[in-house]
Amino acid sequence: MLNRYPLWKYLLILIVFAVGVIYALPNLYPQDPAVQISTTNGTLDSQQLERVTQVLADDGIAVKSANMTGNSSALIRLDNAEQQLPARDAIDKALDDNYTVALNLADSTPEWLTSLGATPMKLGLDLRGGVHFLLEVDMQAAVKQRLEATASAIRADLRDQHIRYRGTEIDGNALHLEFANVEDRNAARDQIRQNFREFQLQSREEGRRAFLDMSLTEQSIKDIQDYAVEQNLTTIRNRVNELGVSEPLVQRQGPNRIVVELPGVQDTAEAKRIVGATANLEFRLEARPDAPASETETFPFRNNPQRTATLSRDVIITGDRVSSASQGFDQNGRPQVNINLDGTGGSLMNQATRTNIGRSMAVLYIEHKTQTRTVMKDGKQVVEHIPSTERSIISLATIQSALSNRFRITGLDSPTEARELALLLRSGSLAAPIYFVQESTIGPSLGAQNIQRGIFSVIVGGLLVVAFMLIRYKAFGVIANVALAVNLTLLIAVMSLLGATLTLPGIAGIVLTLGMAVDANVLIYERIREELRRKTPAQQAIHAGYGRAFTSIVDANLTTLLVAVVLFSIGTGPVKGFAVTLSIGILTSMFTGIMVSRALVNLSIGGKPLKKLWI
Amino acid sequence: MRQFDFMGKRRIAFIVSIVLTIVSVGALVLLNLNLGLDFTGGTVVELHYATAPSLDDVRALLASHGFENFQVQTFGAANEVLVRLQQTFNNDVGNQVVAALNAKGASIDLVRAEFVGAQVGGQLRDQSGLGMLVAMAGVAIYVAFRFQYKFALCALISLVHDVVIVLGLFALFQWEFDLTVLAGIMAVIGYSLNDTIIVYDRIRENIRLSRSDDMAQIFNEAINQTLSRTLATSGTTLLVLFALFFLGGDMIHNFSISLILGIVAGTFSSVYVAAALLLVFKLERQDLIPAKKENVEGEEELP
Repeated sequence: MLNRYPLWKYLLILIVFAVGVIYALPNLYPQDPAVQISTTNGTLDSQQLERVTQVLADDGIAVKSANMTGNSSALIRLDNAEQQLPARDAIDKALDDNYTVALNLADSTPEWLTSLGATPMKLGLDLRGGVHFLLEVDMQAAVKQRLEATASAIRADLRDQHIRYRGTEIDGNALHLEFANVEDRNAARDQIRQNFREFQLQSREEGRRAFLDMSLTEQSIKDIQDYAVEQNLTTIRNRVNELGVSEPLVQRQGPNRIVVELPGVQDTAEAKRIVGATANLEFRLEARPDAPASETETFPFRNNPQRTATLSRDVIITGDRVSSASQGFDQNGRPQVNINLDGTGGSLMNQATRTNIGRSMAVLYIEHKTQTRTVMKDGKQVVEHIPSTERSIISLATIQSALSNRFRITGLDSPTEARELALLLRSGSLAAPIYFVQESTIGPSLGAQNIQRGIFSVIVGGLLVVAFMLIRYKAFGVIANVALAVNLTLLIAVMSLLGATLTLPGIAGIVLTLGMAVDANVLIYERIREELRRKTPAQQAIHAGYGRAFTSIVDANLTTLLVAVVLFSIGTGPVKGFAVTLSIGILTSMFTGIMVSRALVNLSIGGKPLKKLWI
Repeated sequence: MRQFDFMGKRRIAFIVSIVLTIVSVGALVLLNLNLGLDFTGGTVVELHYATAPSLDDVRALLASHGFENFQVQTFGAANEVLVRLQQTFNNDVGNQVVAALNAKGASIDLVRAEFVGAQVGGQLRDQSGLGMLVAMAGVAIYVAFRFQYKFALCALISLVHDVVIVLGLFALFQWEFDLTVLAGIMAVIGYSLNDTIIVYDRIRENIRLSRSDDMAQIFNEAINQTLSRTLATSGTTLLVLFALFFLGGDMIHNFSISLILGIVAGTFSSVYVAAALLLVFKLERQDLIPAKKENVEGEEELP
């Protein structure tokens, strides 16, 4: 019989709709403004939480609930978003430095929904406020650092093999070694070829001097750069976690960029200092008085730039070998950092100090700084980054005995500096310097305003479409509108399931999808009307209308989907958000426009003898 | 139902399209797009005044404090002011602007201070351009596969027509072209294509059903048959977009303009560029049903 669906199709649609409702539902529960407390080395228990709640109550801040969310973190929900900042400040004051207090938005999804894995859509930064950084990794510096490390290793290697060399020099992607004569060079060449395979070696003579030019292959340069970006990603993730921000986003973008989004953070300066800090430590021996100048470097002291010391070029270990670090005070009350080294670091340190008791060891504080300048070049504005590296000695002390993997360093200016250094050593150093290409702070008030306007325009736009369909297609308009409602539910459900982030362009995408979603039904209904005008019987007209419109709908939607997919794969940021919404919207609207509206028609009038269609 | 003779007036439409395209290209070349900070780089400072200030005063105050190359405009409400600076960002720039404007004792809150690097612009521009090219190539291949290469060519020309006109109008009126507008342009591509395909689909169907070789007549029928659908869909989409335009707030203001223009251009071009151009390219029955042709003739002898 015409226009009847088998039972399983109705059931399928019903199940899809039910699942859609469940996963769309969490979005109806508003998120609570909250403050999150976490600690790395202090303790946090319910008694402390009670004390904090009391402090808040004394300040007149209304607390909705306060719960432990883990062994070392707690969540305090507030009634009012405007009290978030005062609440954070009050808690910050009540607790000491071992605790991190961050602003948060907490889901209030009921338990039975969360147990099904249903969570609300995340709101993008433009809707909820926060900090957005776009960082660029300095690829040239990454290569240079690798070459410096290689040069250091080669020097040690050659000394072990008793091969004499005059000096090492780094130039772009190449490393030049100078030797007094050809024999030394050839011996070095054989040695280096074994141990440093990623280099292409070339011999060169100038008068009596002999050179060995080592250049990196394209592939190894790419590997170094890839490694640098990946390593920086890990480090920045660690640091962001130390900041205690909820739901941070740290993502690679393109070959050399990293996006960091910190929702709820309003203090850009602090976030920027921690994320972008490039401080590191190096441990070096003081040079022997008779050491050749090519093997030494002179550095000023950090707290007294007039005073300098001459250190060996070779690094015993760097801060990368630190497995844990914490801030503390020595017996005189001066700040210090307690350091634990990892296994390799411990044995390297032990080796170096055991054989050099009585000599001095320096702790070198290294900071990569970048000055960003805008200059006019060929009539265009070009942003130039001028990197500079500051190295200064924070302590120089005589080695009394062999050091193991645990020791402390002093000579820091303030407890804050000690705390930040400890944090940086814990989270690891950046493999290459990074620049801030873009940074933006978005106030939450702007977010609230945006979301209100967005939602309001969605509602108005939606109502206009509903009214239009009712007026133009009467009874069939009702069916199209039901299909539209199902479409919106499914769209939100799929976006929530995929964990997509809702941004302002995303809302625009939803609105556009709503406008276009009726297209399928319009196509079908116009076809049905056409058939009716040709005096086709009602049931046949419906059947033919759905059948004939089908190819048009599929072709039109597939081409649009094609564009959306291309946009997604190539676009960034806002373009991507728009593409995601559009693609999902096209798929759900095809389902609801073809299947759901057909099912409703079949269910209501399918197979019944009809004289006239209300269309 | 009344039948409009669309194809009969195609010469007028071609002239309109060509003039619009020339004006758009001219505007793009001579005036350039008013690229937003997403593309050029610079600093945006958004301020909230307790009482609406006079913009001229704001400009004078900024100039007297040594700021150069800035734009001041209201943002939504009269007391929301947006200051754009070409200078590079530093942490204090927001506070410096507030301090400069506070001199007369106005009550000002800093809403946001935002920096966009020029380099981002370069990379994004290349990426977006590439994105559009890839999207268009993909569409052309799909249409050539589903229809025929003449359809693909005309669909592509119609797409470029729509995009160029929207871009041209943005250049002509110096509306700010930012990332949301780019997203809008991308959506226009999708939408215009949607419209074109619906018309093409009907043309293909009618060519297969009809015995006539008068292509203009077949096209006219197809366009008239899809006309009510075209108007209904464009109408609903425009309804939603006008809701966005008037209610969605300033951040999606230009986005909705780009889409409204794009949908008007897209609806026009699906009839007069995409379809009418097929006549120029001399589309014939054989282009769509070369194999079946003999069968059709064979059947004709039977009765």
